Amino acid sequence: MKILVCISHVPDTTSKINFTDGDTKFDTNGVQFVINPNDEFGLTRAMWFKEKQGAQVHVVNVGGPETEPTLRKALAIGADEAIRINTPATDGFSVAKQLAAVVKEGGYDLVIGGRESIDYNGGMVPGMVAKIIGANFVNTCISLEIEGTDATAIREIDGGKETVKTALPLVVGGQKGLVEESDLRIPNMRGIMQARSKPLTVKDPVDANAETTAVSFKKPAPKGAVKLVDNVDDLIDLLHNEAKVI
Amino acid sequence: MSVLVYTESENNTYKKVAFEAVSYAKGIAEMLGTLVTAVAVNGGDSSQLGKYGADKVLEVSNEAYNKFNAETYASIVAEAAKQESANVVVLTSSANSKFMAPLVAVNLEAGYVANVTELPESTSPFKVTHSVFTNKAFASTEIKTDVKIIGLAKNAYGLKENQAAAAAETYTPNISENNGVEVVSVDKATDKVTIADAEIVVSGGRGLKGPENWGMIEELAETLGAATACSKPVSDMGWRPHSEHVGQTGKPVASNLYIAIGISGAIQHLAGINASKVKVVINTDEEAPFFKAADYGIVGDAFEFVPQLNEKLKAFKAQNA
Repeated sequence: MKILVCISHVPDTTSKINFTDGDTKFDTNGVQFVINPNDEFGLTRAMWFKEKQGAQVHVVNVGGPETEPTLRKALAIGADEAIRINTPATDGFSVAKQLAAVVKEGGYDLVIGGRESIDYNGGMVPGMVAKIIGANFVNTCISLEIEGTDATAIREIDGGKETVKTALPLVVGGQKGLVEESDLRIPNMRGIMQARSKPLTVKDPVDANAETTAVSFKKPAPKGAVKLVDNVDDLIDLLHNEAKVI
Repeated sequence: MSVLVYTESENNTYKKVAFEAVSYAKGIAEMLGTLVTAVAVNGGDSSQLGKYGADKVLEVSNEAYNKFNAETYASIVAEAAKQESANVVVLTSSANSKFMAPLVAVNLEAGYVANVTELPESTSPFKVTHSVFTNKAFASTEIKTDVKIIGLAKNAYGLKENQAAAAAETYTPNISENNGVEVVSVDKATDKVTIADAEIVVSGGRGLKGPENWGMIEELAETLGAATACSKPVSDMGWRPHSEHVGQTGKPVASNLYIAIGISGAIQHLAGINASKVKVVINTDEEAPFFKAADYGIVGDAFEFVPQLNEKLKAFKAQNA
């Protein structure tokens, strides 16, 4: 089985979110970038397939050279090869088109992305890739088993979960549950050393026009200080008369 | 020209998100000087959609579509959009809507923006505001394609009444069968309010010391008609099911009221819940980061204040019923 894990290079959750150039660009100054958490669950599940059932695991990112440390980290965790498509990740559709070209060329059986990235939260890339290449698609996937070309997946739905049967080629939008938090791997020194000599191929992008363009950014208005009360009567009064939520 | 809106239902009853989506679609239709067409699959009483501004309702009625299939539903919405020459398609942020939206987008070659929080700031160019960086910022994004798809953020626009005809038409979309993903079983509690649909969410953290102490959380939730939720450590330790975990890697919450009990407020937790309108924290540690994110707080022991709050709320509810 050939597995492609799509890796988004995103600011660490604890990063300060600021914008520059007249609020038109994300300010990367002092920001630590990481593998998108939803993608990391998928990568770890891919490693499980590799170790238990035999699979080749490739990782891919659409972005400039600055995203390579994030791909190297995925290699250090255990992916076999990395691909970087050398173009800025602008909108979801153009990223999906780049990824779809890689999937077609590489003949991947299973493509794992995250249910959404924690920066733009669009949650659209895995579904678009599936539709472009004509593969099956399961979103918000919290469990995935593969036998031959048959797949059984569990997806989170509002208020519960749903078990589905499907088949390869398959694209999933994954999240926590594919593996547990405690299963995530911190790269060890051996992995980091090996990652240096694993292939990282830089590919030219295919033609893809952006369908949407982020024009400007703003931060929410600063929040007022918390109102502290020392008894529940005051709290109920505030929730009823001031906040009007009960 | 028209605005098409997908109206989600369950057991032949429209969900609140459907009314919110219609309200929003009406807002856009007025900006564009056009009409709203709703499309419903085995939906409910369509006159209800008229209350929020649906001029026409395309009713798809077919038992084969009783189980949600993203590919099939996406094809229905795309076909309806083509038939109606829709230039805007409004979807929501429900799990099913987010599942099908990218498929609709590719089908219609339409630019799609998710988590949209307001009416477009302009329609030419077509610019929408949406939340990014997990609710820590907003982006203004231009959609450049002829057809535009909007994923409306939950509980951001609200319900706006605006009576229209809701003329119902039977609609039989011309779509091919797709069994690529087949639902085998659905596991869903029917007697509980879901986190996705809840107006109020009561959430517990490690401060509650153990799963045996969740009775008071459930009682408070019952009094308020709220959903129960928990922080990540609580679900990681197995005190509560994973399905209750809210936060960045768990479920997102955008309720009217979020009550955090014994939750310190790690940044990952706050990222997942800060789309909620009003936040209340009860925690013994006045330094807990949640106090910086909350609107109202009690520095105190949950074991003392939560049962009191429940009793007083019961009395309040009885008085205000």
